[in-house]
Amino acid sequence: MSKSGLFRLTIGRKIAMALSALFLMIFLLQHLTINFSAVVSPDTFNELSHFMGTNPVIQFFAQPILIFAVVFHFVMGFILEIRNRKARPINYAKNNGAANSTWMSRNMIYSGLVILAFLVLHFIDFWLPEMNYKYIEMNAADPNRYYEELLHKFAHPARVIAYVVAFILLALHLLHGFGSAFQSMGQNNKYIDSLKKFGVFYSIVVPLGFIITAIALYLQH
Amino acid sequence: MNLKLKIWRQKNSNDKGKIVDYAISDIEPDMSFLEMLDVLNDELINKGETPVAFDHDCREGICGSCSLFINGRAHGPDTGIATCQLHMRKFKDGDTIYIEPFRARAFPVIKDLAVDRSAFDRIQHAGGYVSVNTSGNTQDANNIPIPKENADTAFDSATCIGCGACVAACKNSSARLFVSAKVSQMALLPQGQIEAKTRVLNMTEQMDKEGFGNCSNTGACEVECPKGISLENIARQIREYAKATTATKK
Ligand code: HEM
Ligand code: SF4
Ligand code: FES
Repeated sequence: MSKSGLFRLTIGRKIAMALSALFLMIFLLQHLTINFSAVVSPDTFNELSHFMGTNPVIQFFAQPILIFAVVFHFVMGFILEIRNRKARPINYAKNNGAANSTWMSRNMIYSGLVILAFLVLHFIDFWLPEMNYKYIEMNAADPNRYYEELLHKFAHPARVIAYVVAFILLALHLLHGFGSAFQSMGQNNKYIDSLKKFGVFYSIVVPLGFIITAIALYLQH
Repeated sequence: MNLKLKIWRQKNSNDKGKIVDYAISDIEPDMSFLEMLDVLNDELINKGETPVAFDHDCREGICGSCSLFINGRAHGPDTGIATCQLHMRKFKDGDTIYIEPFRARAFPVIKDLAVDRSAFDRIQHAGGYVSVNTSGNTQDANNIPIPKENADTAFDSATCIGCGACVAACKNSSARLFVSAKVSQMALLPQGQIEAKTRVLNMTEQMDKEGFGNCSNTGACEVECPKGISLENIARQIREYAKATTATKK
């Protein structure tokens, strides 16, 4: 990239990371809405899933963007983390990080790694079977299959526990990440305090919504 | 007060270095932390040992020389102060105190607790100035009207003393608070506009080159900064950077 390219230096990479995170946070809202519909009305869930699963704009435009955003976000997270570790070759014998910062802010890489592990499980659980069903086995579209499949997936308590743990870590990731993303885009202004408050609300309510859905599906089984 | 000290001793930049234990007694609670180290060094000299090297100069919180990572915190267990302003009354009789140098790849240890902070100078040289042609008809800066709010904010940024506590406190050894304060003090004033784009680009570039880490927005720097430099400066640096990189080239 040219000498003045936006993303050449670390500041720019962090802007890109925040943008990808912002996209993921909007996506999470949409994903939660659909999941939660399964608890409220299986028919609505089937309809929404059928739409998302068959609409070409979603399948061939939105989905690749989403996958790119996720991969970009964690790859950039690793790149920055490696650089940050290199910046301090000798650690302090005694370091009191809690005196000046939150646990969440100092451990984004660990909460991120748990989310990543979850995403792998999630792909094996849902995405690969979907791709197989639709594009490899070329099964006919069946608008009513989704809810049954979903219930089946949440039959095992171990899976429900894995989901709950992952979403607690997502909440921790977002408790720092939400506000951090705005700061990374240079938006520290008179709105930042309200934004951060909304961030706390978002970071608790959204993961909690996913957790409630998972438990409700398990109980309905 | 009687204290146990665990001090980082390192002969020179090539030495591996290690923590060495010292016991010190009869310390007055009203002594400054540096005075306590002076007492220790007198004792070491009397015993024929090498005194502990540490940086200091003004001893009144304005020069930024004194450093030290004390019991896990830059400038010790208090906020809004440099180490020379830390008093022994912040500790209890019988305490064990860890004293380590500021740690960063970009701040190599020279000896014991003294580190080389010339990376900050090189960042300043890359753009932390305004070029003024002093041909004799230079305009008096006081004649340029500046909104009070901007003048105050610029002044706040300009109070950074370049101590490096932000780097020491940051888990990434990031120099962003320092660099953003130096970018901000000019970005807010009309005198800084002419070189605004090259300044932020060159200083940011030099910062990366020196091997400082990146900002994770933990806010540790803001808490430990003796001058209360705020994260708003970091956000301003980002905006200046985004402006400079996305502006159409002339
Ligand atoms: C749906 C999933 C995820 C969401 C919504 C999300 C959201 C966020 C947000 C909002 C930030 C703050 C960005 C900034 O300060 O610029 C962030 C930072 C970060 N994320 Fe994620 N994240 C997700 C998944 C992951 C994964 C899978 C990893 C992989 C390890 C990860 C690693 C990180 C790291 C290391 C940071 C901190 C970067 C830094 O401050 O230097 N995240 N994330
Ligand atoms: S920003 Fe604060 S902590 Fe960092 S060098 Fe300046 S005065 Fe020291
Ligand atoms: S010795 Fe000058 S600031 Fe501490």
